[in-house]
Amino acid sequence: MSQYLQIDHVSIDFPTKNGPFRALDGVDLKIAKGEFVSLIGHSGCGKSTVLNIVAGLYNATEGGVVLEGKEVYQPGPDRAVVFQNHSLLPWLTAYQNVELAVREVFKGQKSKAEMKEWIEHNLELVHMTHAKDKRPDEISGGMKQRVGIARALAMQPKVLLMDEPFGALDALTRAHLQDSLMEIQQELNNTVIMITHDVDEAVLLSDKIVMMTNGPAATIGEVLDVKLARPRDRVALADDAEYNHYRSQVLKFLYERQRNPAQASEKVKPKLVKSGEAA
Amino acid sequence: MKDKLIHSLETVGLSPVVPMVRLASGENPKQQLSEIFERIGLPILAIALFLLLWSVSAAKVQTSLGTLPGPSQVWQQYQGLVVEHQEERLKEEAFYQRQEVRNEKKLAKNPDAKIKVRPYTGKETFFDQILTSLFTVFTGFILASLIAIPIGVACGLNKKLYGAISPIIQILKPVSPLAWLPIVTMVVSAVYVSNDPMFSKSFVTSAITVTLCSLWPTLINTATGVASIDKDWLNVGRVIQLHWSKQVFKIAIPASLPMIFTGLRISLGIGWMVLIAAEMLAQNPGLGKFVWDEFQNGSSNSLGRIMVAVVVIGLIGYVLDWLMVSLQKIISHSSPESAR
Repeated sequence: MSQYLQIDHVSIDFPTKNGPFRALDGVDLKIAKGEFVSLIGHSGCGKSTVLNIVAGLYNATEGGVVLEGKEVYQPGPDRAVVFQNHSLLPWLTAYQNVELAVREVFKGQKSKAEMKEWIEHNLELVHMTHAKDKRPDEISGGMKQRVGIARALAMQPKVLLMDEPFGALDALTRAHLQDSLMEIQQELNNTVIMITHDVDEAVLLSDKIVMMTNGPAATIGEVLDVKLARPRDRVALADDAEYNHYRSQVLKFLYERQRNPAQASEKVKPKLVKSGEAA
Repeated sequence: MKDKLIHSLETVGLSPVVPMVRLASGENPKQQLSEIFERIGLPILAIALFLLLWSVSAAKVQTSLGTLPGPSQVWQQYQGLVVEHQEERLKEEAFYQRQEVRNEKKLAKNPDAKIKVRPYTGKETFFDQILTSLFTVFTGFILASLIAIPIGVACGLNKKLYGAISPIIQILKPVSPLAWLPIVTMVVSAVYVSNDPMFSKSFVTSAITVTLCSLWPTLINTATGVASIDKDWLNVGRVIQLHWSKQVFKIAIPASLPMIFTGLRISLGIGWMVLIAAEMLAQNPGLGKFVWDEFQNGSSNSLGRIMVAVVVIGLIGYVLDWLMVSLQKIISHSSPESAR
């Protein structure tokens, strides 16, 4: 497998009152084209920071990100981001939200009619054609996230970056969207980096699970290759020995080797409990 | 249909009428009647009580201009002002008619004669003065908005800039219009020099004073609104590499529109309040001048007329505020219930 995206020994310091705070230390990762990679770790371990550096929204203090042989130093549509809180512009309809991105990205490349077709195609892909003229406050959380995904896909990114895309959704909606995402992934073969809290989500969707150690100076603790055949079916996999083996490996990493820093004094993060129960 | 009507009534701030619509459509009459009493009956009762208190207590105050007028005397004065206005209009019409007849005669005698058309220069009536005041306040307000919104957006996007000019804003904000006025008057006299001025100096002075005082709420609210935009929205713009001007017009301004409108609403309210004082001193022929002239006049009618002006100033202020709220509800993306 060729290396497509390389996160090359990335470290980042944030300035604080007591001098620089090292959030990430030597994060090193190579991702092949078409690979689906999940980043998993406890809250505050710097998963989002990694994603933001790849997106170009933050700049690394040391090291850098190379995409197809070119260094990344600013945001761009070739690294589209699906934000955790959908971040649709509330005064625009679903269609207009996608349109804003398409108009900007394909300026001078596509005609008006082609753009329209492309926007509609992407809304179709996430099954949102029926609500394309609705505003974000008129549709459910899951639908908003679908539109957010359509907007990112419509940029035809080289890498799709997803920051806990389903974190704010209820379990059933989340399962629906995960299935949709797998279908789309099957069709388009995108390169994806997804941040998640959810062990099942990570195992179900990923080719590779990157487990991160706790901060400060967080880094990659372990990388797990998930070699389950695709297409994957969540119901069939629930009793699958291999699937459960991957699951337990991630769980062991998270709860035995990297105990949640908040867990020692308080209780387990509710999100993680929920994901355990959902299995 | 009914729901749409109710929604639009609520949008324009006529929510007290809503129970009447519901009643007319036969929806739970008992509840609607009690709601009508609550939302319309009670305020009317309160106003009646206020008028009663006013007329009783006013009758006990003796001033050098006679007894302090009560509601009925004020109403009489108002009618007097209406009559004056109608008479003035008749005079104006008659003047133009006479002029026309004279000019026609002149032309009949000698087709080459130079005819002169002179504008009528009678005194402004109370209602002309209301229009002058409205025109002045809107000129000042629009000028203020044109200055405040761009600076506010710039401040909201750039913390350092906001930090730099924040002390200046804080110092200039509380300055009274009465303190600005002499300076503005002198500057306008020095700078606004023209043989055939489009606007009178008193108008320019009043409008600029309104601008200076109503600038700040819009500026501060715009800056706060833009600064508190969801960072993800701006990041969306960065990811699709929006040009900075589009970032401002397509994301920053629409996102902070509700806050900008709150600022505009406060600004217009302040502008209207300031205007009356400015007009008094600048002698701009608006409501402020009307109050001042009546005060100087000191006839037995004067206090009543001033009270008419007070009521009218209050009513117009209320209507302006209602206009801004309705506009805000229509333009901003928030639901009608949340924009209050």
